[in-house]
Amino acid sequence: MRRTLIESLTRRPLTEPPPAADDAALAELAGNMERAARRRLGRSLAIRQVDAGSCNGCELEIHALNNAFYDLERFGLRFVASPRHADVLLVTGPVTRNMREALERTYRATPDPKWVVAIGHCAADGGVFAGSYAVVGGVNAVIPVDLHIDGCPPSPTAILKGLIALLEEAR
Amino acid sequence: MRTLLDIIPKGERIDGHRPWPRFAVTADGWHHVASEVAAGRATLLGLWADRAALPTMHMALLDEATGAIAVVSLACPDGRFPSVGALHPPAIRLERAIHSLYGYVAVGAPDLRPWLDLGFWNLRHPLGAGVAQPAAAGTFQFLPVEGESLHQIPVGPVHAGIIEPGHFRFTAGGETIVRLEERLGYVHKGIESLMAGAAIEQAARLAARTSGDSTVAYGIAFAHAVEAALDIEAPPRARYLRALMAELERLANHFGDIGAICNDASFALMHAHCAVLRELVLRAADGAFGHRLMMDRVVPGGVAVDLAADGATRIRETLRQVAHRFPRLVELYDNTASLQDRTAGTGALHTDFARRFGASGYVGRASGRAFDVRKAPGYAPYDRLTFAVPVLTAGDVNARVWIRIREVEQSIALVEQILDRLPDGPIAGSPDGGRPDGEGLGLAEGFRGDVLAWVRLDGRRVARCHLRDPSWFQWPLLEAAIEGNIVADFPLCNKSFNCSYSGHDL
Repeated sequence: MRRTLIESLTRRPLTEPPPAADDAALAELAGNMERAARRRLGRSLAIRQVDAGSCNGCELEIHALNNAFYDLERFGLRFVASPRHADVLLVTGPVTRNMREALERTYRATPDPKWVVAIGHCAADGGVFAGSYAVVGGVNAVIPVDLHIDGCPPSPTAILKGLIALLEEAR
Repeated sequence: MRTLLDIIPKGERIDGHRPWPRFAVTADGWHHVASEVAAGRATLLGLWADRAALPTMHMALLDEATGAIAVVSLACPDGRFPSVGALHPPAIRLERAIHSLYGYVAVGAPDLRPWLDLGFWNLRHPLGAGVAQPAAAGTFQFLPVEGESLHQIPVGPVHAGIIEPGHFRFTAGGETIVRLEERLGYVHKGIESLMAGAAIEQAARLAARTSGDSTVAYGIAFAHAVEAALDIEAPPRARYLRALMAELERLANHFGDIGAICNDASFALMHAHCAVLRELVLRAADGAFGHRLMMDRVVPGGVAVDLAADGATRIRETLRQVAHRFPRLVELYDNTASLQDRTAGTGALHTDFARRFGASGYVGRASGRAFDVRKAPGYAPYDRLTFAVPVLTAGDVNARVWIRIREVEQSIALVEQILDRLPDGPIAGSPDGGRPDGEGLGLAEGFRGDVLAWVRLDGRRVARCHLRDPSWFQWPLLEAAIEGNIVADFPLCNKSFNCSYSGHDL
């Protein structure tokens, strides 16, 4: 292990250059966000992730944002443990009926100004689970959504592009 | 020597159930089989209901010694059947779920509180008669706890980390947990109802999204079940490619878990390095099969995509890097006393519990149960590959970490063998062959344990599909393992089990 640590001092970092902000996301955000809110938040966003019914595939890729290749925190984006500390709710999954109330309460517990980013195909419209007795639908069927990042699951790069667009707009 | 078939009362063998036999039994026969399972003469592999021509209960059984499998079925026109859970606790939650979903009653069951139904649906018994009156929310009673100076800590469904939702009700005396009761079902999506009537292709997409971390394992289990029902076989190259994907999935998840367990013991260095190894494997999978998690790549009849032209080279190069770096991390884990202090002796699961519950994967293998579907009953191509199934008996967090470490080593060797022997030929059989109305039982070894899939087909459509995640027999054991540990060690214990919420909730 000592060798690994010494190598880490001399080796170039694994962290990759940031991807450009996603154009489609920028366009969606331009229509959704209030300028006043953007000024107040500056260049740092605290993210609270909420699984509202996902298959856990999206969670795996959100987790990956913290690894050395993507290193989310270099952008001023970080995950927090409580909605009270959050600026952004990152919501995955079709919203199940069993999670609807928990999602609503998490949203209400998040102070304004706040944004909701829906991650993954299911979060847009329920995906393959749409129409089930146990599923409400996409995230915007329960709380207002500012940005969708599509994919099943979206790759960490795709999520990063969307979040960087959010930062660009918030600056 | 008694065999599995000896414990099953003489009954009618049902035609068209493959590859293992299915027998219709009477209520007395059902009760007899349950008592044999309770006595340890067979392992409960699954328990599910089917609203066919008549309400029917099915119980899948495993003979551990021989790998023999059989299904027994009880027609219950009045929706009542003798409780298995009354004799054999691992069946309790399955019976509660069957009651919530179908309305069928396990007579004599020790616990018939709802399971999965949290009172938010528009109807009760959605897979049964579908009563329009929903269950009352907020009336759920947790198990009573009595004693001086005890306090309760409710946790969830929304947790502090990036994890799935579930509710944990802790009762603690000071820092020590005296009882944990789980309440799950928050991510119940109604997968089995969406399966009913779906075309096989659509059902496969649902199966692949039952638990995203095990999408390949679910794909294989579902494909095994459908192929058995249709009486067709996937071509050899497809079997090898499935195994290749399954081992990459196992590697990625084990790297993620080993790091995350250490992270929950506040040892972030392991987490950072393991996350890099996980990412390397996912990138190799993406390069080889066009999807990082390899979702929808396994389909009934074969696989959907062939290995990319440079796929084998990329995977070999990745594994060369991984095999170079991983031993250093293992050494770090083994030689860090402060980390060992957290994992050794923590969350110990008794071998007897693991055996009774038929716990599979690292949970079972860290507590003395060697069961691995790849070995017995076994499936191609693993019968032609050389690998060992690591087993320990300590049953603590440390043992569950070591099982994962040893499995990483085995999986790296398996990928090498698969790439060396990958046969040429088609990657999928003709979708038109086969019998139209069979039933099939399929198993696959995911990183977490054995995934079971059962289908009843109606032409090219799924009439009924049941999916049983290994977590069904692991979640209850977490309640047992945590007893007597401190509250602060729960995240560590929970991560070492890493049960699936979505796979369990369906």
